Amino acid sequence: MRADFLDRHSRGTSPIHQLPAGGKLAGAVLIVVTVVLTQWPVWLGVAGLLIGVAALSRVPVGFLVKRLLWFEPVVLGMAILSLWQPGGVEKFTTLVCRSTLCVFTMILLANTTPFSRLLHVVQQLRVPAIFVTTLALLYRYLFVLVDEAERMQRARQARTYRRTRWTVLATVIGQLFVRSTERAERIYAAMCARGWK
Amino acid sequence: MHIPDGFLDGKTAAASAVLAAGGLAVALRQVHRHLPRERVPLLGLSAAFVFAAQMLNFPVAGGTSGHLIGSVLTAVLLGPSAAVIVITSVLVVQCFLFADGGVLALGANIFLMAIVSNLSGYAVYRLVHGWSHSVRSTVLAAAFAGWCGTVLAAICCAGQLALSGTVPWTTAFPAMTGVHMLIGLGEGLITGLVIAVIARARPDLLDQPAAGNLTPVLGYGLLLALGLAIFVAPFASPWPDGLEKVAATLGFEHRAVAEPVLPAPLPDYEMPGIQSAVAATAVAGAVGTFIVFGLAAILARVLVPKSR
Repeated sequence: MRADFLDRHSRGTSPIHQLPAGGKLAGAVLIVVTVVLTQWPVWLGVAGLLIGVAALSRVPVGFLVKRLLWFEPVVLGMAILSLWQPGGVEKFTTLVCRSTLCVFTMILLANTTPFSRLLHVVQQLRVPAIFVTTLALLYRYLFVLVDEAERMQRARQARTYRRTRWTVLATVIGQLFVRSTERAERIYAAMCARGWK
Repeated sequence: MHIPDGFLDGKTAAASAVLAAGGLAVALRQVHRHLPRERVPLLGLSAAFVFAAQMLNFPVAGGTSGHLIGSVLTAVLLGPSAAVIVITSVLVVQCFLFADGGVLALGANIFLMAIVSNLSGYAVYRLVHGWSHSVRSTVLAAAFAGWCGTVLAAICCAGQLALSGTVPWTTAFPAMTGVHMLIGLGEGLITGLVIAVIARARPDLLDQPAAGNLTPVLGYGLLLALGLAIFVAPFASPWPDGLEKVAATLGFEHRAVAEPVLPAPLPDYEMPGIQSAVAATAVAGAVGTFIVFGLAAILARVLVPKSR
């Protein structure tokens, strides 16, 4: 698995990718606030702006649509609850449009800004060091652990004929935690060896 | 359970964010003071572990699948304060890298999953685990706590949606609680199974030093109480009993008695209608708690053959 399997297109070279990360983060939050506070005429403008940004960033359209559709079930599932009240249909459409625009904004941010740049912004905002370290390590080792879990599952599938059962998956998760702990010990030693304060 | 943007109004999002920030502040202080330096990388690796574990799908009947949430599991493995930081990191990365859960709803999501679910689950775990320190009781307590944490977070989430005016309480409470009583069964089962696996492979990882400090207990307890008071109490209070009591104290109860034209068979607790769904869910939740405790005890008995 590739290290950037979550934000595959974040390291592009388009004009959007080259904008400062802090500005993009602030802009994205501003857009989300605007969408949440306003009604549909404004949303058309926001949608136009987002589509323009998406075109300029040269992130593949198929990828963006796939990511967007990935979250639609969650949005719809929660929005459906709002139907059981007077004016429910209107509320439902409002919720779905709002959430979709916000999700689209965040997908664009994540795929035009490398995570390390965002972390740098977070660090400059004086977020406690331990929190920044945790975020950095999470990003650095996530794909390693996902790979490790996949290897364990492949090894099991190669040796048994049965379908995956809960106990087997729980064993994979338990083992994964044990291995994460051991890896953390090695990482600590390596960090100290390189002069971590 | 990640709430997307647009579902919460300003006051609810702000109140949740303040509570989440309070919880984070207490957790950061605790970790800063008590976490040994060599365990700092473990926080990051545990966060990666929770994220990776959430990507493993468990088969559920009918071709659907569910996955681990991991709040209570993390609290049991690392202690509550470290777990607050670990789960918050997971939520932050999911929000900014994956667009899973809204930016303005981030505070609410942190409050639900990193604070309510994690801390209430941990409280239940310590309460049940306090009886005996066998491996079997650890598994029982973890499985039961996994269910309780998930259901409590769902009740709070229903309160947030209702307070925002997005979904009425009479729909949100039965729907969210009902669904999460089922999801919680899966969560409790996985939590119990994973704890049993770790107890077999590396039992030393489960013996974490009990912090005999009262400050975090007070701080976290206050946050949970505030959260329940803000998000759940406004909807739980207008229940008939409370109203009747007010009517009785104010002395106009006789007016209510004079009104009915037809004597109803069960005047106070009639079942049909929407309001009854709320009461039914509350009753189901209370009964469910006992059933789940029994199930957790059976699970622990099956997984851990002899009391060690």
